[in-house]
Amino acid sequence: MTVENKIAVHVCNGTGGMVAGGGEVLQAFKDAFAESGVKAEIGDRCSVNGVGCRGLCAREVLVDITVGDEVTTYQYIQPDMVSRLVEEHIIGGTPVEEFMVGKDYHEFLSRQKKIVLADCGRIDPEEIDAYLDVGGYSVVEKTLKTMSPDEVIQLVKKSGLRGRGGAGFPTGVKWELCAKNKADQRYIICNSDEGDPGAVPTLIEGNPHSVIEGMTIGAYAIGADMGFVYIRTEYPLAVERLKKAIDHARERGFLGQSIHGSTFDFDIRIKLGAGAFVCGEETALISSIVGERGMPRAKPPFPADEGLWGKPTIINNTETFANLPHILRNGPEWYSSIGTETSKGTKIIALTGKVRNAGLIEVPMGTTIREIVFDIGGGIPDGKLFKAVQTGGPCGGCVPQEHLDLPVDYENLARVGSMMGSGSMVVLDETDCMVNMAAFFLAFNQAESCGKCPPCRIGTKRLFEILTGIMEGRGRKGDIELLLDLSADIMDSSLCGLGMVAPNPVVSTIRYFRHEYEAHIRHKRCPAKVCRSLLTYFIRADLCRGCGVCAKGCPVGAITGIKKEPHRIDTSACVKCGACYDTCKFNAVLKE
Amino acid sequence: MINLTIDERKVSVKEGAMILDAARELEIFIPTLCYDPRLKPYGGCRLCLVEIEGMSRPVSSCTTPVAERMVVTTHNDHLYRLRRTILELLLSDHPNDCMVCERAGDCTLQDLAYFYGLRDNRFRGEMRKFEEHDANPFIQRDMNKCVLCGKCVRVCDEVMGVNAIDFAYRGLSTRISTPYEKDLDCEFCGQCMSVCPTGALTSKVWAGEGRRRMDVKYTDTICPYCGCGCNITLHSVRDRIVKVNSRADNGNKGWLCVKGRFGYEFVNSPDRLTTPLIRREKNGDLEPATWNEAISLIAGRFEDIRYKHGPDALAGLASGRVTNEENYAFQKFFRAVIGTNNIDHCARL
Repeated sequence: MTVENKIAVHVCNGTGGMVAGGGEVLQAFKDAFAESGVKAEIGDRCSVNGVGCRGLCAREVLVDITVGDEVTTYQYIQPDMVSRLVEEHIIGGTPVEEFMVGKDYHEFLSRQKKIVLADCGRIDPEEIDAYLDVGGYSVVEKTLKTMSPDEVIQLVKKSGLRGRGGAGFPTGVKWELCAKNKADQRYIICNSDEGDPGAVPTLIEGNPHSVIEGMTIGAYAIGADMGFVYIRTEYPLAVERLKKAIDHARERGFLGQSIHGSTFDFDIRIKLGAGAFVCGEETALISSIVGERGMPRAKPPFPADEGLWGKPTIINNTETFANLPHILRNGPEWYSSIGTETSKGTKIIALTGKVRNAGLIEVPMGTTIREIVFDIGGGIPDGKLFKAVQTGGPCGGCVPQEHLDLPVDYENLARVGSMMGSGSMVVLDETDCMVNMAAFFLAFNQAESCGKCPPCRIGTKRLFEILTGIMEGRGRKGDIELLLDLSADIMDSSLCGLGMVAPNPVVSTIRYFRHEYEAHIRHKRCPAKVCRSLLTYFIRADLCRGCGVCAKGCPVGAITGIKKEPHRIDTSACVKCGACYDTCKFNAVLKE
Repeated sequence: MINLTIDERKVSVKEGAMILDAARELEIFIPTLCYDPRLKPYGGCRLCLVEIEGMSRPVSSCTTPVAERMVVTTHNDHLYRLRRTILELLLSDHPNDCMVCERAGDCTLQDLAYFYGLRDNRFRGEMRKFEEHDANPFIQRDMNKCVLCGKCVRVCDEVMGVNAIDFAYRGLSTRISTPYEKDLDCEFCGQCMSVCPTGALTSKVWAGEGRRRMDVKYTDTICPYCGCGCNITLHSVRDRIVKVNSRADNGNKGWLCVKGRFGYEFVNSPDRLTTPLIRREKNGDLEPATWNEAISLIAGRFEDIRYKHGPDALAGLASGRVTNEENYAFQKFFRAVIGTNNIDHCARL
């Protein structure tokens, strides 16, 4: 069989793809190939596989059809479209133009630099051979045979890799601290308790073996023979694929005793998290693994000294582990050549919000926010204006227009009052109210406080209540100062990392959008027209045709008027639901 | 020994000691709610924050071990402000009903509010509203007053090994809960109550007997119930015992069991005998008698038995509900007067 004849169909089976119907599309391809006529036509030349996510979840289901080395990508594929793809492209040899992705899809991809995600969307995550075909597990084998644990640590230190969990602690340094401790037992933990729609599910769903390989390298470096992957129950697909991958790796001798014929033993267990946000904090995560309530404790002692069951423990993030095989394969110089002075390598970013190409991207550290939002993300839809981008998840901060050209790395984001976090970016446009946004994130943060320390437990609740007051027109002079004072005190006195950053959305929105707070408090006005209590709906007499649709739809009967004559809204009865605004065909309903 | 400087004063403490211990050695007062030297370091209340030279943010002194040449500041404007804010936050979610609270006058939160002069509070908002429905006979649980210092949970786990309670829920709704929020069903040692810094856990047995008052007399004594001989302190007003507790600095570290802590109602019980009773006829009623009459009767019968069957035919069983002195006299009487070693006590372990 020659290469020219070979046809490969890749159907996205990540969570995004599955939700859009990826499972059905995959089955439709399999069914189509099983039909006798088709089978006779293409024989065994054609393979069809589910693959992990390649990022642009907004266009699911994405299907790649590779003939020889020519790849054609189709978007929005549904099962009923499969027969045309099979007949026209696979049998007929002519790609179906109308289903193909446009130029912007290629732009979305071409401006990224995929290292960690390179094989996601290319290999079948449920087949270990697919990973072996792209060189998988060769790095760990070479490492075990040719390098000492200390050499691995020195190499990782030299590469400049920093923890992808958010704090950006140098990975090699952390390992060295752990390895230095005298202990009869050490543990390594992969922190996959990420709440943002980001790297964790995609990496583990798309390429679980790369995480296993990375963990094995880490375990060898610090001398751990047991590893845990702490992953949320909310990622069932990732958990299932990880289980499968661990089983397969064990069958091949990549996990278990005497890995790759060496004297090194290592195995991995999965621990499911019950969904507490705070369990991403390493000491809370350890409590959760040992079966206690996930509550952080004071550090020191750090987990590298006293961690799981009191033994030296290394906790790294999923993305950090997935970087390791690449660093060891290509060398520390290659890795440190990517990125900025202080932050090396690439970063996976979950790009969402008011942006055309929402999805998961991987860019070198130092890429500017403008490039991420406008070049890769395709800019703001519906011609709206960019306002800010919220980075680092619910505990991050916003980066406004004036910092659009900020090269993204740990230090720069911190400098402008935000943070890297797990790398999520939510794009906000002119129709987003910053007070409302701060309240939205605080609502989450206060609910997720573990309750151990008062500043976080009660303080974030009070922040949320003050914000709600401002949004509902009860804002008072001095509220902004009170918010800032309380935020500073919470950040300074909280026990763990969660409380330390939980007020971030408040502080950073006040820093850049103080005028919006002032408009709410002083003029009882929401400039973005979001805060319902501050809005007044009225009908412009010159535009109203008196069709009566708004009156019919008003749930409280606040709109009155004679047919074919301008109607009016009784503002004292109006509950500001916005139904009239949405239904008026003549744009006669205004909110102010 | 580790040498460090706290508030510009030099101090040497044992390696492994926490900054808070070192500060207390210098008699520097650092406020705490969750700290108890008998329990493992916790760092939850954040009141004991101190600043360490070279560190970017304050640390909790109860969880941070001392280090050589460490320079610590325990009091400055910034720390004062943080502590005050934390207290304000705690009081913004507290019933503040000190006037009727069982613990008024003996409450750490109240003391701190007084110390920091917290008459006004910048924060107002939603407060917890948990229903009180725990039907257990010993411990009153009012979770609206709880500051979540976690001492009760920790003493139940670390000291008792019972784990009857733990944290539940998240955010402002976090509370100390029994399994499935059922009524407390444990050994009722009351250790949780004894470490509670507020009025969240109080005794149902001693409720309404009077709070800390000027006329309370404290009598240190030994618990008579068993051979452990725990130290206890009787709180009495005139001739009534109004409360029993144990000092943390004694041999049993302040820990007691359900009997030692709660089992003293009998002292004030109206059902107690006030005069000897004698059954003068077979199947007749017990009738009041004088002490002379009763003692003569007993002495006569003892002599009869000893004469006929020898002293070992008699045996004495002493009670935990009488004083040690009485128990001593009782065994002396059996050994020296009756002449037998057949003497035992209900609480022999």
